Amino acid sequence: MAKNVLDFEKPIIALEKKIEEMRRLEGDLDISTEIKNLEEKVLQLRKNIYDNLTRWQRVQLARHPERPYTLDYIYMMTENFIELHGDRLFGDDHAIVAGLAKLDQHKVMIIGQQKGRDTKSNLFRNFGMSNPEGYRKALRLMKLAEKFKIPVITMLDTPGAYPGLEAEKRGQAEAIARNLFEMSRLRVPIIVTIIGEGASGGALGIGVGDRILMLQNTWYSVISPESCSSILWRSWEYKEQAAEALKLTAEDLLEQGIVDRIIPEPLGGAHKDHQLMVSTLKAILKEELEALLKLKTEKLVQNRLEKFARMGVYVE
Amino acid sequence: MGWFTRKKENISPASKKSDLPDGQWQKCEECGEIIHTKQLESNLWCCAKCNYHFRIGSDQYISFLFDAGSFRESNKKMRSGDPLQFVDTKKYSERITATIKKSGLNDAVKTGMGKIDGKKISFACMDFNFIGGSMGSVVGEKIARAIDAAYEEKIPMIIISQSGGARMMEGALSLMQLAKTSSRLARLAEAKLPFISILTDPTTGGVTASFAMLGDIIIAEPKALIGFAGPRVIKQTIGKDLPEGFQRSEFLLENGFIDFIVSRKEMKEKLSRLIEYLT
Repeated sequence: MAKNVLDFEKPIIALEKKIEEMRRLEGDLDISTEIKNLEEKVLQLRKNIYDNLTRWQRVQLARHPERPYTLDYIYMMTENFIELHGDRLFGDDHAIVAGLAKLDQHKVMIIGQQKGRDTKSNLFRNFGMSNPEGYRKALRLMKLAEKFKIPVITMLDTPGAYPGLEAEKRGQAEAIARNLFEMSRLRVPIIVTIIGEGASGGALGIGVGDRILMLQNTWYSVISPESCSSILWRSWEYKEQAAEALKLTAEDLLEQGIVDRIIPEPLGGAHKDHQLMVSTLKAILKEELEALLKLKTEKLVQNRLEKFARMGVYVE
Repeated sequence: MGWFTRKKENISPASKKSDLPDGQWQKCEECGEIIHTKQLESNLWCCAKCNYHFRIGSDQYISFLFDAGSFRESNKKMRSGDPLQFVDTKKYSERITATIKKSGLNDAVKTGMGKIDGKKISFACMDFNFIGGSMGSVVGEKIARAIDAAYEEKIPMIIISQSGGARMMEGALSLMQLAKTSSRLARLAEAKLPFISILTDPTTGGVTASFAMLGDIIIAEPKALIGFAGPRVIKQTIGKDLPEGFQRSEFLLENGFIDFIVSRKEMKEKLSRLIEYLT
């Protein structure tokens, strides 16, 4: 059986295996109707399971190690990508990648959090958790994009900003705060897409923009369900309840007025069909970008301010 | 005389009892000095012996920073709307009601306008007493409005932070308050109006990662805990004990993230002088 199979995917995979076995027998027997029936059953089961995922299951899908990551999107949907490195202050953070690319006819600056796929690359990418240098590299390149009137596309996929000693020493909080401040007034369009995990300030550090898009099976919240469980329930065991309580799925965030649009994923999740996922996102990014490019800069920046001003629920 | 009769009079319990009558005396956490509440108050809630800064609330800061009777509070009644109907071991709505009753505050920040040595200031001060000073929609909105008030009246903005970070019980909406407050500060900065950020113990998480670190001038009270991640989380991550003084005001000063450390007794005077320079 393939590795990286989530618990709730198992019944589907079991049925698929059965179909495969029957196909092998088909030469001797006429069982095509049975196979067809079973195939329909798989489709039905798939729909059933994926239409009724719990919030915790969504979190698991968002972390699926076979999902497309930032660099996959960049390589599959853009051309002539030139990666740019370093914050010009301290170093180059491998947990955030950035560079210039062509999205068909549009020049764009793409900046995204990058996870690794195996132990070695995960260590290199620090599991997608950036240090202050990552945020400062992102900011440097956003200012560069502003200077040359190039729109910015960011991709969020992080379990959080790195909670390390050195990160604190070099001003993790200041780096994130500075980005929120500068991004809110950047004079070019910014489109933000949550492609995996959107964990708190670490994600938001490159997440202020004119349009906030969210892939169907991703999460975005103030804290991860595990950490929330450990603080509020004083145990790591309540992550399912914490995920429910935090209301952190794409549908939840659309309802809360935080994201503008949900990007549908292939049935079973983005990892089931990279090509389809990438082409869906590409088409939507282009559509959103072309709409934003029609706005005058003053209007664009004013709208962005008002967008975040609307977020929040209180009683007066 | 019996052999068991006590001869010496000077035998006393080894340690002093620390359960003092309520409201009369307080013990310094740093040096153990017992101080009368009245004396503490006249010393702006600092230990006379070791200068330890007791944690105080917005009312106290307002009392010694602003010219007498000049402070007017705004948006006093704003309360949390419990947007997620959040429940952990307790309902968030019940937590809110209980905290309001206990603290006498409606949420974790007080905002308004007042005068410092005759100069008009828009002001926000957080309260750690209210769910750890956490920032949800109410804190974000009230601070954003206070910044707007500074923008419209063309006056300086001062914020005193005291917070464990963003409030979990409002999920992503709490997170968005970081962006909301920072974007309003960006507009204030474009209008070239000063923002002074004062950090007190503790200032961590989402508050540090937004307005608290965005001051034109950033100052901190002595020995305040200031950071992004909490010390416990960092210790878990690196699997080592943290160095002495890590994430304290003096550490931030040494690493270049704050302008200076201010003792509470000098706070008003320093603010007044800064405002004079920047306006």
